[in-house]
Amino acid sequence: MKFGVVIFPGSNCDYDCWWAIKQVTGERVDFIWHKEKNIENFDCIVLPGGFSYGDYLRTGAIARFSPVMRKIKEFAQRGGLVIGICNGFQILLEAGLLPGAMRKNKNLLFVCKYTYLRVENCSTPFTRLFKRGQILRMPIAHFEGNYYTDQDVLSKLKKNNQIIFRYCNRKGEITEEDNPNGSLEAIAGICNKEKNILGMMPHPERCSEAILGSEDGKIIWESIVESLKDRNRGKK
Amino acid sequence: MREPEKIDAEIIKDHGLTVEEYEKIKKALKREPNFTELGIFSVMWSEHCSYKSSKLILKKFPTKGSNILVEAGKENAGVVDIGDGLAVVFKMESHNHPSAIEPFQGAATGVGGIIRDIFTMGARPVLLMDSLRFGPVSDPKSRYLLRGVVGGIAFYGNCIGIPTVGGETFFDESYKGNPLVNVLCLGIVKKNSIIKAKAEGEGNTIFYVGSSTGRDGLGGASFASRELTDESHKDRPSVQIGDPFMEKLLLEATLELIRTGVVVGMQDMGAAGLTSSTVETASRGNSGAQIDISRVPRREKGMIPYEVMLSESQERMLVVVKKNKEEEAKKIFKKWDLNAVPIGKVTSDGVFKVKEGEKVVASIPVKSLTDDAPIYLRERAKPKYLEEANNLDLSSLPLPENIEKVFVKILSSPNISSKRWIFEQYDHMVGTNTILLPGHDSAVVRVKETRKAIAVSCDGNGRYCYLDPYEGGKIAVAEAARNVVCVGAKPLAITNCLNFGTPTDPEIFWQFTKCVEGIAIACRELETPVTGGNVSFYNENPQGAIDPTPIVGMLGLINDFSFLCTPWFKKEGDLIILLGNGEKSIGGSEYLQCIHQLKKGRPPELDLTTEKLLQKTCLELIKKGLVNSAHDVSDGGLAICLAECCILNRENLIGATINLERDIDEREDILLFGEVQSQIILSCSPQNFPYIEKIANKNKISLKLLGKVGGENLIIKKEGKVLISKNIKEIHKIWENSLVKEIKI
Repeated sequence: MKFGVVIFPGSNCDYDCWWAIKQVTGERVDFIWHKEKNIENFDCIVLPGGFSYGDYLRTGAIARFSPVMRKIKEFAQRGGLVIGICNGFQILLEAGLLPGAMRKNKNLLFVCKYTYLRVENCSTPFTRLFKRGQILRMPIAHFEGNYYTDQDVLSKLKKNNQIIFRYCNRKGEITEEDNPNGSLEAIAGICNKEKNILGMMPHPERCSEAILGSEDGKIIWESIVESLKDRNRGKK
Repeated sequence: MREPEKIDAEIIKDHGLTVEEYEKIKKALKREPNFTELGIFSVMWSEHCSYKSSKLILKKFPTKGSNILVEAGKENAGVVDIGDGLAVVFKMESHNHPSAIEPFQGAATGVGGIIRDIFTMGARPVLLMDSLRFGPVSDPKSRYLLRGVVGGIAFYGNCIGIPTVGGETFFDESYKGNPLVNVLCLGIVKKNSIIKAKAEGEGNTIFYVGSSTGRDGLGGASFASRELTDESHKDRPSVQIGDPFMEKLLLEATLELIRTGVVVGMQDMGAAGLTSSTVETASRGNSGAQIDISRVPRREKGMIPYEVMLSESQERMLVVVKKNKEEEAKKIFKKWDLNAVPIGKVTSDGVFKVKEGEKVVASIPVKSLTDDAPIYLRERAKPKYLEEANNLDLSSLPLPENIEKVFVKILSSPNISSKRWIFEQYDHMVGTNTILLPGHDSAVVRVKETRKAIAVSCDGNGRYCYLDPYEGGKIAVAEAARNVVCVGAKPLAITNCLNFGTPTDPEIFWQFTKCVEGIAIACRELETPVTGGNVSFYNENPQGAIDPTPIVGMLGLINDFSFLCTPWFKKEGDLIILLGNGEKSIGGSEYLQCIHQLKKGRPPELDLTTEKLLQKTCLELIKKGLVNSAHDVSDGGLAICLAECCILNRENLIGATINLERDIDEREDILLFGEVQSQIILSCSPQNFPYIEKIANKNKISLKLLGKVGGENLIIKKEGKVLISKNIKEIHKIWENSLVKEIKI
């Protein structure tokens, strides 16, 4: 089993993801340079957070043209697991691998803090070890995490159970006050219809060790490993 | 820009050079300088680069220690051994002037500059901190500066991906129009991979790496070396523009390059850009250097040599590469899409020679620009304001009618209340090492693949220094050390930023000297040598000088991070202990300023011997796992400290009941809000109390049982009489929301 963490120029959570996955799963994790054209040997690709190309234009707008992105599209079409975190989520949106777009946070400020999340769908390869409705404590750090899409797409997201995480309070209630960025319906993470591409603004790699104050992120890595194990068993 | 035909008195004056200094230049060159050479001398001899006014005084600092690997002044940052084959590289620098006129970019480039100082030594930067000073929040201009500065720090730090893990912010009238932006960066390096800022080895190649050169920041070093005036906004073009993305590429490429072993030395092109980086590296290597500026990548047409040499365009570095290894270096920079151009060679003749193609445009002995730069011992005189300012007549101060109202007012003072609005704009978790989130005594980051953690605290009280610069200097060191001790770290060494007015004013220079002496004695006593830092003079606006503000950045080391201690109360029934017994004073206190609008009296006295014992005791208690929390009594006094202990963990607010029995302080305001040195509030399980008492007695540190943790209120009584009784949720709400409310006016 092999994880790949993509490095775009300006990625800055690449090493954090590498470290967290290694600590939690003990599996092999390699870096993938953004100019790489061969990603055949990977089982799960991580698009990490950061400011790819400085994000001076729109977040993720340039990174989607990196050579590796075409390969990632093919990889995902074959059913490979792709998880985009923060800037990685923004890149997935820009690349059209997930629907919708990001606006600047409602208060027009960068925000870094712990938030509470509610798990909305636990039958994806990324969330299978959670319980539905489980409340997680996970940090965010972004300027553009205010998710938006039109009503048509939103109803499809709902119909297909593609909304994976919502911001909530510690009791799990969805409130205006606990929505840190103004995101539509407090959406914090979504996946594609096939459930093999996940995009999320919160950072699971920042809460995968007890010493960091929360271990809720661990379960995402563990879920991925379980899913890949199942898949490999199927292959055999 | 066009080169003037003749250098006249006016041009010399515009370059900030005196007649005597110009004569000294002529003597060094044995001829008249040309315009480019004059420019080079003016920036190298500026206060900013040469430390000409401060050098002699800074010699008072202790700089040696068993774990100091690179002594202050020898390199661009201090290097401290932390064991496990690792070293910490850290430094603090100011960017006050640029931030005063263009707060966003001024602060952003301040962050960029100090980061380059760290990674050019081969260290990976792991944390940033900021000490900020502004005029009162009620002043719209100060709010504009605050928003801009915080935005600029966030823009740069967040993008480059180095967590801004803490710092401090303070508001006072004296910083109106002259904010202070002091940025600390700390990196970690393998001891055997430290890179020096040295150009040596004849024939080795000098590379120019990074952004292209433009006219931005032209003369920034000289701009930083004069006072701010009403006309200063015209200097806005002197402020550089930051490009954190470019710097992220530089950072990664540089660290990758160092691993190849082809690097001889490198230095950031900071103040005075290409000039200072070439000259200083050559000087340290006792070499010469020859460069051809026609090879320097430029972003503007028609730049004359003077402009190329003095530009302060950001995100540029000078890298000296072993000869015949140039291609290896080029390959790595190409991978990161960076400019990397060989512009010259290290020579052995001790001359700094600048050519443009075949034409020599400057030729100057290296040492005349560095070691032989002018040094002054400025005149000193005890400030006249002191006698009046130190004289505080307590009897003229009315006792507050409602002490609880006073408590609430101090709690909501911008200097005391939560700085969440600021630190939530900074990515303080990237790197996944932050094990104590911002908003506490110290920032703490763990060191991956070891059990160690680094604790850093920034401290400096301008009010104390205004009233007594010597005591203020001492206190800055002691408080910073106490802060790292409270999280369980042993203080190791300091860096500092010394922010003062104009050094040619004898009263300012007296303040400077006294502060340095205070810092020096405290560092000696607490065994925390000075590893470097920066001096920022000319912090004056048209109304006068800022309060003397030395900021100390203390490095502490935790050997096993499972013993990390936090400041907040944890468990119902825990005992609350006051460790230490300093003399309270309301001189220079937040209470006096906030309630009586006075900056008077004398700061609390600090006995360094007691302080050292106190810190030793506290560390011992933490390391033995006997205490559940530790928080030092500081701004706002005992009442504020206790309130903070109740509310600092907002996931678990917890009350306390305090009984101050038979205290010798007669006035209630002094008892609750008087400020003090060498005191720490601890909490512990009742069964641990006897052991704690024993250790305190052994170390001859006084200890007082104050009360118990628990309930939903903070209740403070004096001999049974309730002075304060307030719901902890209310206290938290006031403390948490006050600054935000003021900023959003």
